Parts: sequence; C-alpha cells; structure tokens
Amino acid sequence: MIGIVGYGAYIPKYRIKVEEIARTWRKDGKAIANSLNVEEKAVAAFDEDSCTIAVEAARRAVEMSGIEAQKIGGVYVGSESHPYAVKPTASVVAEAINAGPELTAADLEFACKAGTAGIQMCMGLVIGDMPDWIEYGLAIGADTAQGKPADALEYTAGSGGAAFIIGKKESEIIASIDQTFSYTTDTPDFWRRQHAEFPRHAGRFTGEPAYFKHVISAAEGLMAKAGLKPKDFDYAAFHQPNGKFPLRVAQMLGFGEKKVRRGLLTPMIGNTYSGATMVALASVLDAAKPGEKILAVSYGSGAGSDAFALTARKPIEKKRPAVPVLEMIKEKEYISYAEYAKFRRKLKSL
Amino acid sequence: MTNGNLPLIWRKFSERYLLQGNCCETCGTCFFPARQICPNCRRKGKLVPKEMPREGKIITYTEVFTGPYGFEYETPYFIAIIELSNGARLLSQVVDSPKEKIRIGAKVKKVFRKISDIDPEGPIAYGYKFKVVG
Repeated sequence: MIGIVGYGAYIPKYRIKVEEIARTWRKDGKAIANSLNVEEKAVAAFDEDSCTIAVEAARRAVEMSGIEAQKIGGVYVGSESHPYAVKPTASVVAEAINAGPELTAADLEFACKAGTAGIQMCMGLVIGDMPDWIEYGLAIGADTAQGKPADALEYTAGSGGAAFIIGKKESEIIASIDQTFSYTTDTPDFWRRQHAEFPRHAGRFTGEPAYFKHVISAAEGLMAKAGLKPKDFDYAAFHQPNGKFPLRVAQMLGFGEKKVRRGLLTPMIGNTYSGATMVALASVLDAAKPGEKILAVSYGSGAGSDAFALTARKPIEKKRPAVPVLEMIKEKEYISYAEYAKFRRKLKSL
Repeated sequence: MTNGNLPLIWRKFSERYLLQGNCCETCGTCFFPARQICPNCRRKGKLVPKEMPREGKIITYTEVFTGPYGFEYETPYFIAIIELSNGARLLSQVVDSPKEKIRIGAKVKKVFRKISDIDPEGPIAYGYKFKVVG
C-alpha cells in the first residue's frame, strides 16, 4: 500500500478583490467576478515567495504526519514561480524542515501540475524495488502566480501551496493512493519564455482543447484503469484556473456539484497554479472520513493532467491538521491594487 | 545580502531556518544565538546544539518608520524582543499581524520569510520572522 501520511497547506493572508483589480483598469468588476466565479485572490506578502510558501506547507505536513523529518528521503517542489532560475527551492525546503542532508531533491516545472508530478515521483521512489532507499517522499506544489497587469489572468493568479508526504506504512497512511493515471500532449495553451516576466496564453484555446480535454481524458483513463465510476467517489478535486471550469468539468464527467464543493477554493483565493489541485485535495482530506473515495485531477498547461484515486483511511481520524484549509483562508486582510503592485514587485524600482 | 558576506550568511542557515541555538546540559539554560560557553556554569557547562521552540511572547516592541538599506520598502514595520517558551530571547521582525494585536505579552509563532532580497541577480536571504497568534 502507498499513500499520504501527512499534508499541509499554506495560503498567504492578503487578499485583493477582483473588483479592485477591475477598478484599476476601468472594467466592470462585478461582471468579471461573475464570469470567472472568482471574488478575490490570495496575494503573497512583500517578503513571501514560492519558497517560503513551500516551507510553511512542508512544515505543517511534517507536524501533522508525526514522522521525523530526517526520515524524508526525497523532496520535490513544483512551481512556475521558483525564486531562482538556477538554484533549487527544494534544497531550501529540505534544510528549513531539517530533512537533509541525506536525501534527493529537485525542482519541478509543468505549469500548474508540477506538484502532482512530484507526488507520482515520490510514489515511484517509495515503492521502488531498490531496498531501503526512501522511506518517505515530500511533494510540494507552491506558486506566487504571475499575472500580467491588465491581462485576464491578473484577476485569478493567486498565491498558495500544499505539501504531501508519501509513505508506505499502512498504520500511518491517512489516504491510500489506489491508482494514478496521466495524460500528456504537446498543447501550447499557456507559456512563459526564459527571462520573460509574465506568462502568455492562447485565450479561449485554453478551454476545450487544453483544460477540458486533458482533465477529462485523465479522469476517464483513471476510472477505466481502476474500474471505478463517478458514483463511486465521494469527493472530486480538480485543477481550478477559475471558479467555473472545475464545476463544468465535474458536470461533463458526471460528478454532482456537491462532490466538488469542498475542494473549490479558487472563488476565494484565486488560482494558486501548482498549488491549486494540491490545496483542493488538502481541503477535501480535511473533511474526508475513513472509507470515502476521492478523485483528484490536476492540469498543467503545455499540457497534461495527473489523476489520482484515493481512499481515506482510519488513521485520518487521529491525524487532522491544526487548522483546516477552509478555516485558514478566513484569516485575511484586503489590500489595494497599489499595495498588490508593491507586494508582487510589479513596480519597476522593486 | 551581497555576494561578499555569503559565507557568513550560509554559516547561519541552521540558526535562521531552524532557530538552532544551544542548551547547557549542566544547568538547563538555553541560548539563542548559540553561545560558545555557558555563562552560568563556565568550564563545568556542557553546551549541545538544540532547535528552539517556535512559540513565544513579545517582551517589548517598536515600530520602525525609517528602515535601513534593504528594508526601506517595508516601512513601517515592527520589530520585537521575543521570549521563546524555553526562556531564550531574540530580536525579530513581526509580520502579518494587525497593529492593535502587537502588544507586550502577545503570543507569537515563528514563520519562514525572506529577510533580504535587494539584488535581483543576487542570492536571497531567508530566515525567521514572527507573527501574532490568536
């Protein structure tokens, strides 16, 4: 058996309302918020970045799991806003949670799905054939998503992340990972070139041939492989670039809205990119009871989806996080567009 | 942080990332930053490295309106002397906390933040700051 032995999420406390962003560009904020189903987004503070978010999430995961950080043998951090182009975020995380130095570590990038790719890599290492190599793996998805000023993405590009510790001891596993399936094609729907500050995207092209095709293909592929149907699942957590896509994809796949609700966070914190599916899964696990089945499907532009079938297990009852995601996001402070521009260093002098 | 003092900063990673200080096994007193010798036990003291607790309370604080180089964009901000739950004291920035909650005796917990990021092509210095809880 392989599964999650602990998890932690971190969402920065600052928020900017979609209407405040729209006010700056003299657009109809109410109409935009409504069309995206996003009210506000989380903004990392001036002294936060993807690395500090990853460390906070990782520390919470270690605390919740109850394992010794020194037993973690692999650290993978997925992000598209790593603070350095060359110099790993993962080595800072490993040192900051005192997991090193005897471990393997690397930074990952696959637009919004690098965190779930990290989960799969940890699964491979933990259940691999090489004896006594890795007992636990730590996979993190964290981002301080970049949105170009006045671009459509600026309304949703949020900050946050979550960390998952993958292990194989049955007595520790709070949710088993029963099956995983991925679907990848070369689809240029969203990208950021080397040295470019902001990503670019292909507008409506990011919908049907990109998000929907990959999420649906991965979810259906997973269910076929695992012999499961939508009715077998109690929860579904999808990547959520806005508040509407996950609801629509749920409907297309045959999941009721109720199953998606617990993991639908983008309306309140924006799209946390590499963190989005991971934070959604964390919120679902906050509520999941032993025996309940969860579908989680990420999406990364470029493009690909990783799908997972999980089952919550008995140890989850005794290993709840100190603060559930839905409580955590209640701690917030609204900022103006000017403060947002400062915090995210969108001003030229910063 | 400039490239010039990089080795100095690097040596402090365990202190800055993990709040690693030390404790005297003879008298039980903990120190942060780590001391070379226990001032209570002198030669009889035996200092061992130890991670400090991540919770504490504010002993005193001040608000900085004119920050030094590297901190000028963060003003006004708070710094405080914090007593950790094992009695060790340290000076730290207090962030993410409403002004009215930053008071003597307020409970705080450690957070991981960027301390200095002034050169866009230089290394980033990470470390501890504290935030008020409750």
